[in-house]
Amino acid sequence: MEITEIFKYLYEQLAASGLPQVWVDIVALACAGVIVFGFLAVVALFLVWWERKVSAHIQQRFGPMRTGWHGWRQTIADAIKLLQKEDIIPTLADRPVFFWAPVIAFVAAFMAYITIPFGDGLIVADLNIGILFIVAITSFTVISLLMAGWGSNNKYALLGGMRSAAQVVSYEVPMVVAICSIVLFAGSLSMVDIVQSQAMIYQWYLFRLPFGPIAFIIYIIAGTAETNRTPFDLPEAEQELVAGFNIEYSGMKFAMFFLAEFINMFTVSAIGTTLFLGGWQGPFLPSWMWFLGKTLFLVFVLMWFRWTYPRLRVDQLMEFSWKFLLPISFANLILAGLMKYSGWFNW
Amino acid sequence: MILENLSQLISDISTQPLFYLFSFVIIASAMCVVSLKNIFHSALFLILTLFAVAGIYILLHAEFLAVVQVLIYVGAVSVLIIFAIMLTSRLASKKIEQSNEQVTLGLFICVLFLLASVGSLTYTAWNTVDLPMIEHNILTIGKLLMTRYVLPFEVVSVVLLAALIGAVVLAREEKA
Repeated sequence: MEITEIFKYLYEQLAASGLPQVWVDIVALACAGVIVFGFLAVVALFLVWWERKVSAHIQQRFGPMRTGWHGWRQTIADAIKLLQKEDIIPTLADRPVFFWAPVIAFVAAFMAYITIPFGDGLIVADLNIGILFIVAITSFTVISLLMAGWGSNNKYALLGGMRSAAQVVSYEVPMVVAICSIVLFAGSLSMVDIVQSQAMIYQWYLFRLPFGPIAFIIYIIAGTAETNRTPFDLPEAEQELVAGFNIEYSGMKFAMFFLAEFINMFTVSAIGTTLFLGGWQGPFLPSWMWFLGKTLFLVFVLMWFRWTYPRLRVDQLMEFSWKFLLPISFANLILAGLMKYSGWFNW
Repeated sequence: MILENLSQLISDISTQPLFYLFSFVIIASAMCVVSLKNIFHSALFLILTLFAVAGIYILLHAEFLAVVQVLIYVGAVSVLIIFAIMLTSRLASKKIEQSNEQVTLGLFICVLFLLASVGSLTYTAWNTVDLPMIEHNILTIGKLLMTRYVLPFEVVSVVLLAALIGAVVLAREEKA
């Protein structure tokens, strides 16, 4: 039985139970929230383990090996350890700001999944502003980083927070323009419509030459920068800033930042899959498997970047975004418009 | 799809309590913006105010406007404000008094203005029309911008371009 049918059956049971429609919708939404939360928690734990394994194998090591098969229980042990740790708040910290920063980071990372289609019909809400909603809601991440940097009352944290805010704001612009070229071609902001406009593999936006691959490369580069990962990991450059914005955080609050970071990485890959790789569409296997497979492949690409490239300097970082990526993405948007208008590759 | 129609759910819950909730958040946080002594906290409450305004837009079925409000004001404008605060070292640690000795006079004028606006809003005969909800509001906005409002749209882009060039000129390093 397909997952969608199970959900549909449960929803119908709920609707038949005699509750008013409002409460049926609210209960269904709450359940969806819990399911997505559980899924993301497992994904984040898995990604932490996978990152360690990928990095280890790239550096000709094995990584965690002792807890379970190839160390698969390692992150579970680490998570339990983090939960038990003492929650240290610096004496001179700005307490409310210090407290709310990880909460906002986590909620912002989590909210994006309202409009991500996990499979055929597996979506919490198909908003007609879909992709724009995700772009808007993830901008709260910047606020949380600035709050963490400020609230910690630590110069390394402050520097890290400011660097990361500057970086995220700069790279958001080419990213949104690259997304715009896809929206222009699909003629819709809804994630479901965008997926359905690329039913066959030659219809994937990645393969719509010449604008598709360019938009994809811009998206992946900007996405790496948005998630503060190497080669754009200046906000937490270990050699310069010790750990960056989260230096004063410990225990559960640190874990929330850490989980948010990995969920954001998964979000960037999931959006990349939806926009460029045909989303959940593919032959034979169930749709959610295709979605998960493609997304995890993109996650792997991001990890591959991290353990291959050296870090950029801060002036190079800004110049790369404003003087290189942005003009290219604008030219690409115009190109996409011309292609759409002339009907070239418009199958 | 678990939630077929978001606006339907919102009107099922009934918009009025939600409207009061958002209005309360807007007013309370706006008061915090102008009264708190810590300017960084003021900036954060400004973000909350702007975010609650987006909530009001959702209640009015203007989802596009709501998202753009969050994207521009929360994602860009307030980040810029926070940046300015962080980069100004003298602002950072000081307690800033947000009022001076003319506070009573200011309050008096504010109350007068409040009374005037409440009065004019209550005694105006508003023309109300029951229009059907616009189905594809992004499509409609796009079409209107490219046809009926194309001139204002272009003028705004020229203004933005001028501001952009101005910023580049100001930020450019002086060649010795």
